[in-house]
Amino acid sequence: MSNLHSFKLYIAVGIGGMIGAIGRYVISLLFQASEVFPYATLITNLIGCFLLSFVLNKGLINQKLSPEMFAALGTGMIGAFTTFSTFAVETVELWQTNHYLSILYIVLSIFGGLGFCYLGFMSARGREVLS
Amino acid sequence: MSFLFVAIGGFFGSMLRFYISVKAKKHLFGTWIANITGSILLGITVHFHITNQLSEIVWLLSGIGFCGAYTTFSTFGNETLQLIFDKRYGVATGYIASSLVVSLFFVYTTLVVM
Repeated sequence: MSNLHSFKLYIAVGIGGMIGAIGRYVISLLFQASEVFPYATLITNLIGCFLLSFVLNKGLINQKLSPEMFAALGTGMIGAFTTFSTFAVETVELWQTNHYLSILYIVLSIFGGLGFCYLGFMSARGREVLS
Repeated sequence: MSFLFVAIGGFFGSMLRFYISVKAKKHLFGTWIANITGSILLGITVHFHITNQLSEIVWLLSGIGFCGAYTTFSTFGNETLQLIFDKRYGVATGYIASSLVVSLFFVYTTLVVM
């Protein structure tokens, strides 16, 4: 891989990451009122799981986009939109006030995340898989 | 203005995650490393943020922008689903369990014990 090509890929991922991080921040501002349960991060992560799975499995998206655009969309934008670190910190914070909610948050994130990844996969390739 | 700082943090966070996943060869390990180290960094950032030792700008840059974008849940979920599709159930379980246990241990240490 040439240096220029590699440089363009990194910049593309970075620009996608800016958009994804802003999207996540906007959602967190919209949900600021609810301090009981971290809905904002949960919703962001579930939407992101669905979108990334759809993008990765829909062959047409990969064909139509340049490698830079594809990396910007998947690795950059959707990757940065979702977050693991905030999930981990919120789990520990919840644990200090309510053990049950903390465990519920983990279960919803992990199994919900896997479920939404599967939904994304089926939306992208369901017809091929089922037929 | 706050959006600018989140965006700058997001720019560098996602690039570093991409760099590590390229260097790690096995993307699974790259995501694991990014999620663990990013969670530790966010734990430290939150620690200084709630004790008012951190300006709002640094919080937006590092906490929300950088750590948020450096770590990822969507790739983590999709990698796990792929492992399940490949019937590598042990690896899938180990990937989820180790990501959770290691990150939560370090975040708990930085937030509660420190």
